[in-house]
Amino acid sequence: MDRRLALLCGLLALSCVAFMLLGAVGSWEFLLQFRLRRLAALLLVGICLSTATVLFQTIAGNRILTPSLIGFDALYILILTAMVQVLGLAGFAAIPAPVIFAINLAAMTALGMLLFGVLMFGAKGDMIKLVLTGIVAGILIRSLTEFLQRMIDPSEFQMIQAASFARFTHVDTGLLVLTAAASLPALALTWRVRFRLDVLALGSELATGLGENPQRGRKQVLALICVLVASATALAGPSGLFGLIVTALAYLVAPGTRHAVTLPTAALVGCIVLVAGQTVMERVLDLSTPLPVVVELLGGLVFLFLVLKRHIR
Amino acid sequence: MRLWLGLVGVLLLAVISLFIGVIPLSPRDVFTDPEATRLMLTSRLPRTLAALLAGAALAITGQIMQVLARNRFVEPMTAGAGQSAALGVLLATLLIPGAPVWIKMCLAAATTLAGSVGLLVLIRPLPPTQPLLVPLVALIYGGLIGAAVNFVAYQGDMMQYLQVWLTGELSGVLKGRYELLWIAGVAAAATWFIAGRITLLNLGDDVARSLGINVRNVTAAGLLAVSVVTAMVVVTLGAIPFVGLVVPNLVSRRMGDNLPRTLPFTALIGAGLVLAADICGRTIRAPFEVPVAAVIGVVGAVLFLILLYREPRHG
Amino acid sequence: MISIRGVKHSIQGKPILQDINLDLPRGGVTALIGPNGAGKSTLLSLIARLQPLGTGTIRVDALQIGSCSDAALARVLAIMPQSAQISARLRVGEAVMMGRYPWHRGRPGKRDGEIVEETLRLFSLTSLADRFLDEISGGQRQRAMVAMAYAQETDYLLLDEPLNNLDIAASRHLMRLLRQMADTGRKSIVIVLHDINYAAAFADRVVVMREGRIVADGAPGAVITPALMADVFETDAKVHLVDDRPVVLV
Repeated sequence: MDRRLALLCGLLALSCVAFMLLGAVGSWEFLLQFRLRRLAALLLVGICLSTATVLFQTIAGNRILTPSLIGFDALYILILTAMVQVLGLAGFAAIPAPVIFAINLAAMTALGMLLFGVLMFGAKGDMIKLVLTGIVAGILIRSLTEFLQRMIDPSEFQMIQAASFARFTHVDTGLLVLTAAASLPALALTWRVRFRLDVLALGSELATGLGENPQRGRKQVLALICVLVASATALAGPSGLFGLIVTALAYLVAPGTRHAVTLPTAALVGCIVLVAGQTVMERVLDLSTPLPVVVELLGGLVFLFLVLKRHIR
Repeated sequence: MRLWLGLVGVLLLAVISLFIGVIPLSPRDVFTDPEATRLMLTSRLPRTLAALLAGAALAITGQIMQVLARNRFVEPMTAGAGQSAALGVLLATLLIPGAPVWIKMCLAAATTLAGSVGLLVLIRPLPPTQPLLVPLVALIYGGLIGAAVNFVAYQGDMMQYLQVWLTGELSGVLKGRYELLWIAGVAAAATWFIAGRITLLNLGDDVARSLGINVRNVTAAGLLAVSVVTAMVVVTLGAIPFVGLVVPNLVSRRMGDNLPRTLPFTALIGAGLVLAADICGRTIRAPFEVPVAAVIGVVGAVLFLILLYREPRHG
Repeated sequence: MISIRGVKHSIQGKPILQDINLDLPRGGVTALIGPNGAGKSTLLSLIARLQPLGTGTIRVDALQIGSCSDAALARVLAIMPQSAQISARLRVGEAVMMGRYPWHRGRPGKRDGEIVEETLRLFSLTSLADRFLDEISGGQRQRAMVAMAYAQETDYLLLDEPLNNLDIAASRHLMRLLRQMADTGRKSIVIVLHDINYAAAFADRVVVMREGRIVADGAPGAVITPALMADVFETDAKVHLVDDRPVVLV
């Protein structure tokens, strides 16, 4: 096994131990259960988001796009809002959570494919135009969500807001099981097709030449991304630029692009950033700011650095 | 001629705005019913004026920012200036809570200026061959400062306050609470006097200099106007995105870039856009209100995308 | 044999190819030449199903383009697209191993490794195997791309302007390699070339295209004449015979 991967595994184990033990007071049994659940959620979100970002960068053919930058996670909340809007609060509450999740997933996959198709078709290989369109599309989806949310009664609006900004402080066991049931098969499938992903990363023409249909491959990968992002968003709310930081770090650790290496590296880095970040923010620095805000800050810096490094000599 | 047509259109919108609201009001009531007169003078009129002032000022400063950045896709509100203004007010509220309002305003204007200068420093070295790189960097730069604002707000336990206050909306506008926008209006109007010189900046620094323009001073004056307008609008109403981007682009497409001639149109259309969005936000789900920023966010983003794909590939 | 029957193609209503009928039997080097915009690259990419085929049929041996599976065709025919750019960061060795994908489908075996080694040696790339593609020179990268297509071990090898960005030494080296593959490796090579003299010097057969039609077809000596230069390329260049091969004086 690669030495770097082993090192990352060690770091992750250390972070997990720190997360479980630091600042532990009171009933050990209760604490253990409580923290274990949170740890599981953190790990699941970390793996889902980093995998989704790697996949997205592979099919988009560039390394500064992330699913959330073009508003995939906002799409999840938009659909949630639209469902409350159409069904009303009572109707919405009557539907069991797995059904809501499934409907949302289906709608998100359809809309996501549409969005991605428009993006790829519209930008015609102009990378910067692609990214700019993606960001503005993200703003559009967020504005649309805000618009829809304001069309709802203030009380219902509060409920959606609570649902959309769920943090890692309280993890619902049912939701954890549900998202795990959705995302673990998707992750397994991703790992199975890791070599196909390498071929798809070569670009349409070369992939076709090697016998992989890029259009079909992109659609399948996009469906995987939607499942992963939806699961992570359901658990942790919108993720912002988290995926960007993780992949940037992962490529720093392992510079190649073979998915057999990149996927586990990114997943490990993602988990370390989340678990260690949460531990440090919460227990060491005692900050009241939630992790996503800091991630947004750092992510912006990483993005600017990546863009400026490439374009200013 | 076209200017008159626009003026009539905006006046019409203003009249509609005056008579739309939770409490029905007829023109006759205003003169006969003292309660109606009071409502008109303390709420409806200020609200309408605020929308007009903010819209006009944002559109004008958006145009100026685009000349200074040498790029059509940049706009102060989303490119760091708006977020810097929020940062300024937030810091002032946290650090010197007892200070009078005008000190907070000055601080907000100062941080906005710093944020705008920062943006120019960041984008000037970008290669001119990649015009879309500038708005990309600008948007991320704005997001970065926005994240810093969130961070400060969380640490200062002001998040709730911030969310209510940063979304641009006009429902809180009353007599006595919007007058700062007149400063924005005056600052925007004042740019008309340097409009000719700013137009020449479009030709590039060297050409402008050889024509006898003091590039540094004109740039500084332009940035000052941008900062004052952005700060005042953010402080009184909250962030209203895309006005400064979409309006100048539409005007420039139709009428070119001779600012002394086009700025009045830019101002009119900006004022009309914000007022129309506010009327729409007030009526679409009455008695609840959709904030003007949400309406313009949707419309503006769509218009931005259209501009992005219709514009041939130059800045 | 590649057989092309009644192929028409247009992009946004603009006809690019009209009524193409062409048979390319096994073996040898066939060069597609013609002025800019003649439709050479389009024809090549239609054969390699890089673009969807509209009217007409193309068969490669028993496989019909458009209905046969992509994976099956990838074992029979390899293409090196024009200015193939890889955005992924790959090492040269990894890229050549990618060429083996149609055979190992993601599970490279021992034999795949041997073929990659051999290919790297054949293309003098062994010393560069661990370098990233974006760290080597343009000529070396081009060679790596051809090596990748070669490693695919197909009967047919299609190359779209492989000499772009290559200097004369690299160009001649590459053309000789291709010649050798056709002679001893029994590959059929179809190549789009910009420079007529390379086609004249290395090809067994030259197919000349203009405005979406095939206007001449045959051995270089028979096809490349002053009349063709005037007619198709609209220039009055002289053509001399050197070692029984035509040379266009520029």
